[in-house]
Amino acid sequence: MTDRSGASRRDFLRAGLAGSAAALASGTLARAAGPDPAITELQPWMTELGEGVDARPYGKPSQFEAHVVRRNVAWLTADPISSVNFTPLHELDGILTPNGLCFERHHAGIAEIDPAKHRLMINGLVDTPLVFTMADLMRFPRENRVYFLECAANSGMEWRGAQLNGCQYTHGMIHNVMYTGVRLKHLLDEAGVRTNGKWILPEGGDASGMTRSIPIEKAMDDCLVAFKMNGEALRPEQGYPLRLVVPGWEGNMWVKWLRRIEVGDEPWHHREETSKYTDLLEGGKARRFTWVMDAKSVITNPSPQAPITHGRGRTVLTGVAWSGRGTIPRVDVTIDGGKNWYQARMDGPSLDKSMHRFYFEFDWDGSPLLLQSRAHDSTGYVQPTKDELRAFRGVESIYHNNGIQTWYVNEKGEAENVEIS
Amino acid sequence: MSRFLEATLALSLVATPAAADRLGLGRPALTEEIAAWDIDVRPDGQGLPEGRGDVMTGEGLYIDNCAVCHGDFGEAVGRWPVLAGGQGTLNHEDPNKTIGSYWPYLSTVYDYVHRAMPFGNAQSLSDDDVYAITAYLLYLNDLVEDDFELSRENFAEVRLPNEENFFMDDRDEVELPAFTREPCMENCKETVEITARAAVIDVTPEDTAARERRAAAPTAEPAAEVAAATPEPAVPAVSPEQVAAGEKAFRACQACHKVGEGAKNGTGPALNGVVGHAAGKAEGFKYSKAMAEKVETGLVWTPEALDAFLADPRGFMKGTRMAYGGMKDADQRAAVIAYLSTFAED
Ligand code: HEC
Ligand code: HEC
Repeated sequence: MTDRSGASRRDFLRAGLAGSAAALASGTLARAAGPDPAITELQPWMTELGEGVDARPYGKPSQFEAHVVRRNVAWLTADPISSVNFTPLHELDGILTPNGLCFERHHAGIAEIDPAKHRLMINGLVDTPLVFTMADLMRFPRENRVYFLECAANSGMEWRGAQLNGCQYTHGMIHNVMYTGVRLKHLLDEAGVRTNGKWILPEGGDASGMTRSIPIEKAMDDCLVAFKMNGEALRPEQGYPLRLVVPGWEGNMWVKWLRRIEVGDEPWHHREETSKYTDLLEGGKARRFTWVMDAKSVITNPSPQAPITHGRGRTVLTGVAWSGRGTIPRVDVTIDGGKNWYQARMDGPSLDKSMHRFYFEFDWDGSPLLLQSRAHDSTGYVQPTKDELRAFRGVESIYHNNGIQTWYVNEKGEAENVEIS
Repeated sequence: MSRFLEATLALSLVATPAAADRLGLGRPALTEEIAAWDIDVRPDGQGLPEGRGDVMTGEGLYIDNCAVCHGDFGEAVGRWPVLAGGQGTLNHEDPNKTIGSYWPYLSTVYDYVHRAMPFGNAQSLSDDDVYAITAYLLYLNDLVEDDFELSRENFAEVRLPNEENFFMDDRDEVELPAFTREPCMENCKETVEITARAAVIDVTPEDTAARERRAAAPTAEPAAEVAAATPEPAVPAVSPEQVAAGEKAFRACQACHKVGEGAKNGTGPALNGVVGHAAGKAEGFKYSKAMAEKVETGLVWTPEALDAFLADPRGFMKGTRMAYGGMKDADQRAAVIAYLSTFAED
């Protein structure tokens, strides 16, 4: 830990030095043209009374944050019911995603389920098929875990080349929250999995009846059946009252509105693991059961939706990184398109299969930048470039695009999604 | 922790001896309950119900329940999923992945159509209906003749052509060794060229404008961006509560209709500016003959006319292509009409 921050501090100093050597007229502070009215004039909030305590029984963000919302890309899908929207990563900091900003992907709209009428059934190759009410589930020992959930199609539009201008759209099919729930293992043990029970099939209670096959080893390892996110009940968009948590694996498997788990001896090969969520490679063959999310990172600021507006000088670059195989001990950042790299400063909790936050502070000399970040995970895997990925996969696989993202920042500080040699 | 274990112990003393290591929570599921929910089907045929259906029966069912979105021949209307064709395209640019060209197992078709289709009316088809539609989907993909009948008995004999082209995830063996390395940190390349730019393609929604605004006036109110994207109400006379209720009720229409800024035609025409205006005016939309006739006679979508149409589309307009059963609740209809009235013509 000390080692890492020591190293990154040195690298940071070097980068800062290089920047200031290049062009900076820094050291002199900008002078005010005159007194700032924000200081010299009385603002309404300095004299008038605000709303009382009960005006906002469930608090919302400031009115000045109204632009911080999930957004969709209308042309991606036929209609907004079976569709997706994106987390505004460029507006967030730290590692936790606020519940109302977690991206949504539904296949039959948001099911509004009365928890009193919700049941979880476990059947199939078990000693005793069981039915649990929500109240029953609350009586199992609970655990709290922070995990990222990334849709396997995150960055899927970028396989053929730079398409969407904004990390919200290129990387926003991810969120990271603290779940409270019970181990799936405890529920399965309660029913008694037979020795030939090798797979489970979780099923959603919405009108799409979402199903996925998951090997029993994963089910017995770290999967949770969760009812809370960031301390409060799951949002309806995220599967209220109950969802499956499959740490490090693609988001489609985290079945929302979870109502049933069947145990079987073979996978089911359902629609979401055949027609979808299989990775078509060059030559026409397709990978199936590509569950794990490879290590990935993205610079969230600056980015196309979050340009540099302060001009040259001190600049804070930040971003997020994650891996389905563990933690992220290190992220490298380049500002010159990969000629030279610096270790970013990691800050915030480093948790298994959770989002990590990195920063890189430098003095911007006002010349164009080519920004990239490169995640290293705890297994030694290093995030590849997009071209390295394409060499293995071609450009038609839709899913699992974890290639390095490039932002071009021009002299005005505006950023654009590009690819470079 | 140990306190919890003690409690477990205490509890297990009460439970049956066979379940000594269990907490005794939940209750046994009844056979009828399992039967109601356990409808999944596997490639080996496990889970298939008794039943049968032929291509001809399937064609009728498909035209009535599916064609409005998936097209008469499975070619799809607009951006709805394509269900047929595409054979031989998997190793090309823009592969067309359909049941016939891509799906490995027929059981997936039965299972999925049975649990999730038709979109918006899931689980409304009988077991025999699903056999018949599945048979018809095979026919649309040139995999069976028109006299084919599919049943539980012959189901496992049908093989889809692409079954052999799937293989287990091999990233651990193939990619991980290549991507586990100490990368270059200094003087890694001589030159860098930009090879592709998103701005050239320009498919990003609305943000480009927001960005330009921000660049021009870095201190501009952030709220301005959202305000600009909200359409001006054309007929502000309706109550906000009713409009909100209408927006919710409009979900029943959303699968086919778009409304609001930039709304495009889908399965149904875009609905901007319909209320109070002549029918059949959505640019570029191909209306039915029934609709064209009504337009001839000068049909205007007054709130009253809309109310009658939405209550019973086919009753109001025999032969309309709007495959929607009708909105039975009068308050909901009024709310939807109020909601639609807030959208002016583009
Ligand atoms: C109102 C439009 C609509 C109607 C009507 C409809 N579908 Fe669908 N269908 C969809 C949508 C939307 C999806 C994708 C759902 C998702 O994203 O999960 C879909 C997906 C499918 C798929 C999977 C396609 C793939 O490539 O994975 C099949 C098969 C299918 N539908 C068959 C049917 C059949 C059979 C019927 C009639 C019984 C039917 N659909 C009626 C809209 C419709
Ligand atoms: C399954 C698809 C579908 C659904 C669901 C649907 N519509 Fe339609 N709608 C259509 C089609 C197709 C047409 C064109 C009718 C024709 O040409 O006969 C249409 C026509 C209309 C028109 C006439 C528009 C014009 O340009 O004159 C209105 C108004 C309308 N629909 C409103 C609604 C409302 C409100 C709902 C929900 C309560 C709804 N529709 C649900 C498919 C649908």
